[in-house]
Amino acid sequence: MSELSILGRRLPKTNSWAHLTGSARYADDIHLPRMLYGRLLRSTRPHALIKRVDVTRALAHPGVVAIVTGADMPEKMGIMPSTQDETALAVDKVRYVGEPVAAVAALDEDSAYEALSLIDVEYEDLEPIFTIEEALEREDVKIHEEAKRANVFKEVHLSFGDLDAGFAAADHIRDDWFFFEGNTHAPIESHACVASYDADGKLTLWTSTQVPHYLHREMEKVLGLARSRIRVIATPNGGGFGGKSDPFGHEFSAALLSMRTKRPVKIGLDREEVFYAHRGRHPVKMHLRTGVKKDGEITACSLQTYLDGGAYASYGIATTYYTGALLTVTYRIPAYKFDGVRVYTNKPPCGPKRGHGTTQPRFAFECQLDKIATDLGFDPIEYRRRILQPANSRTVNELRITTMGLGDCLDAVKRSTSWERKKGQLPKGKGIGVAGSAYISGAGLPIYWNEMPHSGAEIRIDRGGGVTVMCGTSEIGQGSDNMLAAVTAETLGIFPEDVHVVSGDTSLAPVDLGSYSSRVTMMAGNATKNAGMKLRDMLFEVASEKLGAPADRLNAAYRRIFDLQDPEKHMSFVEAANLAEAKFGTLVAAGSYKPPAGIGGSYKGAGVGPTPAYSYQASVAEVTVDLETGQLTVDKITTAHDCGRALNPTNAEGQVEGSAYMGYGEIMVEEQVFRGGLHKKPSLLDYKLPTSLDTPQLEAILVETMDSEGPYGAKEAGEGPLNPVIPAIANAVYDAIGVRFDETPITAEKILDALGKRDNRGVPKDRIGPDGLADTRRDPKRALRRLSASTDARERKRVESPAE
Amino acid sequence: MKEMTTLRVNGETHTVAAEPHHTLLEVLREELNLTGTKHGCELGECGACTVLVDGTPVLSCLTLPAQIGDAEVLTVEGLAKGPELHPLQTAFAEEGAAQCGYCTPGMLMSAKALLDAKPRPTRDDIAHAISGNLCRCTGYTAIYEAIEKAAQRV
Repeated sequence: MSELSILGRRLPKTNSWAHLTGSARYADDIHLPRMLYGRLLRSTRPHALIKRVDVTRALAHPGVVAIVTGADMPEKMGIMPSTQDETALAVDKVRYVGEPVAAVAALDEDSAYEALSLIDVEYEDLEPIFTIEEALEREDVKIHEEAKRANVFKEVHLSFGDLDAGFAAADHIRDDWFFFEGNTHAPIESHACVASYDADGKLTLWTSTQVPHYLHREMEKVLGLARSRIRVIATPNGGGFGGKSDPFGHEFSAALLSMRTKRPVKIGLDREEVFYAHRGRHPVKMHLRTGVKKDGEITACSLQTYLDGGAYASYGIATTYYTGALLTVTYRIPAYKFDGVRVYTNKPPCGPKRGHGTTQPRFAFECQLDKIATDLGFDPIEYRRRILQPANSRTVNELRITTMGLGDCLDAVKRSTSWERKKGQLPKGKGIGVAGSAYISGAGLPIYWNEMPHSGAEIRIDRGGGVTVMCGTSEIGQGSDNMLAAVTAETLGIFPEDVHVVSGDTSLAPVDLGSYSSRVTMMAGNATKNAGMKLRDMLFEVASEKLGAPADRLNAAYRRIFDLQDPEKHMSFVEAANLAEAKFGTLVAAGSYKPPAGIGGSYKGAGVGPTPAYSYQASVAEVTVDLETGQLTVDKITTAHDCGRALNPTNAEGQVEGSAYMGYGEIMVEEQVFRGGLHKKPSLLDYKLPTSLDTPQLEAILVETMDSEGPYGAKEAGEGPLNPVIPAIANAVYDAIGVRFDETPITAEKILDALGKRDNRGVPKDRIGPDGLADTRRDPKRALRRLSASTDARERKRVESPAE
Repeated sequence: MKEMTTLRVNGETHTVAAEPHHTLLEVLREELNLTGTKHGCELGECGACTVLVDGTPVLSCLTLPAQIGDAEVLTVEGLAKGPELHPLQTAFAEEGAAQCGYCTPGMLMSAKALLDAKPRPTRDDIAHAISGNLCRCTGYTAIYEAIEKAAQRV
């Protein structure tokens, strides 16, 4: 292949200018004539039967135009077709505080707000379940009647290779429990949508969604309106991170309210609602057992995960499998057993957050490998380096690996941090730690079973040399619009600014499954390249005739088509386009992409884990622990990431830095925790996103492996780099103070506890973490008593002083 | 009841009818259609709604138009001088400092106030200046680099 003209260069994103001038139009920026404003009434109870919903008083409130309730949209929905257990608004029963129950449309937002308190809902409280242990045991309380065993949503059991022989052959076995606390995405843009049902019987929904295609399907199902009459447009997402990947109640409610009123309806969530909408990182307890030979070679590994799923399925079936699937792609594991169970609890549903389901077991595994390295007296980088899963191989669970840059990533972070001068040589209170990781470049299978492409793109060339690329991808800040423009420009030999991008529009663009599982560059990039190559062939055919050079000797770059042997023989892109249109008719081409067959196994559950190509990454964290206050300071995080080819190094580095930031937040402060079903910190002040003053120095190093599966060699960059950061920090804390943190987050309080300084009687500990499934530190009954007291008080206040 | 309010925004004078309890953020977005200024919490926690009032960064979600009288409000839409972008805007584009772009308008306004007050800021100055503007995408690194680059060009 000839040299690339666009890809690999640090060009500004083509959609930057809209972001930087305030002209980017996010969902809440849309204003349509006659538009109504909607608000959702949300459950105040964690688990209750809905005995009655009376909207009479609310409908009489000035300004209120329409109200819908669960009974208006009883159809079950949910992102995974096999586990649809949700309704747009609660029907008969609520299962978490914050679950939407009714939706009001009014002339203005204030009136809609006021009307909410005039909707009379009569609940009959049921006993709520808040912990994994209770959910597993309580047959007498069923959050979902359909659950076969207690409140188990999904159980999976997979086994590969001879586990018993593996453990029997081990010289050393580590057996540890870990806990990863739940946390949430907290995008700065809260979810918003505008629905407009027009006189022609067609519905348009503008919404901040990562998955316009899947939402399109659910809209048809819930609204009973043919999909041909529905158009979903994903507006630029002001951050996604997985939190806008489910179909949400407010989207269906806005649509139905618009259908009822024949007026556009906007619903935007407020910040507190976003915390309850959630779908974020699952809290996971993990029991991990790994056997190794004296030289450190792994002989067997067994992992049991317990996921606290919250009240509904969301992506839970995939999350459950993901807690086991990717543990095998980094280091050689000849025998592997994975058991996972996800339970329902009366809390907001968990779902996919950056690193989906792999972040928690990766934390456990990399912390345990660090312990093994310590036990055997190995340097943790050298140790990992020795046991790497090779490139172009199959794992024990039959995942196909192509390029594998973890070794290079480990070398890069070692070099960049002067590891050898620091490891084992820092004073008490200072530490350095490492971890490796991997992630998928897109899921091998779609969410609903079908044989169609995962991504389609259409490219059109106009007579003036302008080019439009259309693809169903959703721009969530990861740079997918720019990727489409850059790949189109590279393929056709023009500049990204010559390309108009139409994305996330189910009417104008071919289907792309969405911005999840780090699939967009791999899949939409390949589809776009594929479409571009068809047009390039047409352009080269006419250029070949005109220039008198064989087509295979031509190249396209800088808005020219030229003879590689004699670059003086050239013609402009516009001229070639005009000649090609004269010869072939209107210049349009479509391309599509589907992952290759044979990248995974054929056992039940083999659908989760395979990908066209895995990304790899390694992080080194350097920390300081204040031995008096317990304050943990992360001084620097260095992450090397194998992204195949960096199509735009600036943007790829941005993904690595952003991932490091988010991982840092997860292990330091972020917790999605509840008291009696109420979120303990549903605001940006209390939840504490790291600010610029909190965030450590971040260094991103790109390792390029040029994977033949990716468009121009690219793999993913958006999610994998989060994973190694968390265990690297935990391992650095061990290096600093000799205490293992087998749970997240690592707070100053826990460090003081470990140092024996939390109170005067304190005894130092060498480990903080769970010893089993049971959680003895919490008293759910106490929380419940407090909740019922505060709910009663709120209810009394509401009845005594109803809104005007 | 709506009341008439006169505001000076981006060098233009606007008189609009607005509910007196509606914030500057709401009036900018809903009455003046200046939707470049964003909201992330409407509680003064995220900084997305930062605008400059007589050159000082304020959270427009916590400010009532009545509080600012005839002071000059500058929003992201007023940052460029006609077709000429502000050096911060070009530097943010070049350094990849805007990913999803949602915190960007507020971030730009805080950065402008910093550069106006201190043309050669240290990285520590920058970290303090943008510490009230939450960004969930970048880890702030690219933002530091962009502000430093812009400082060299202002």
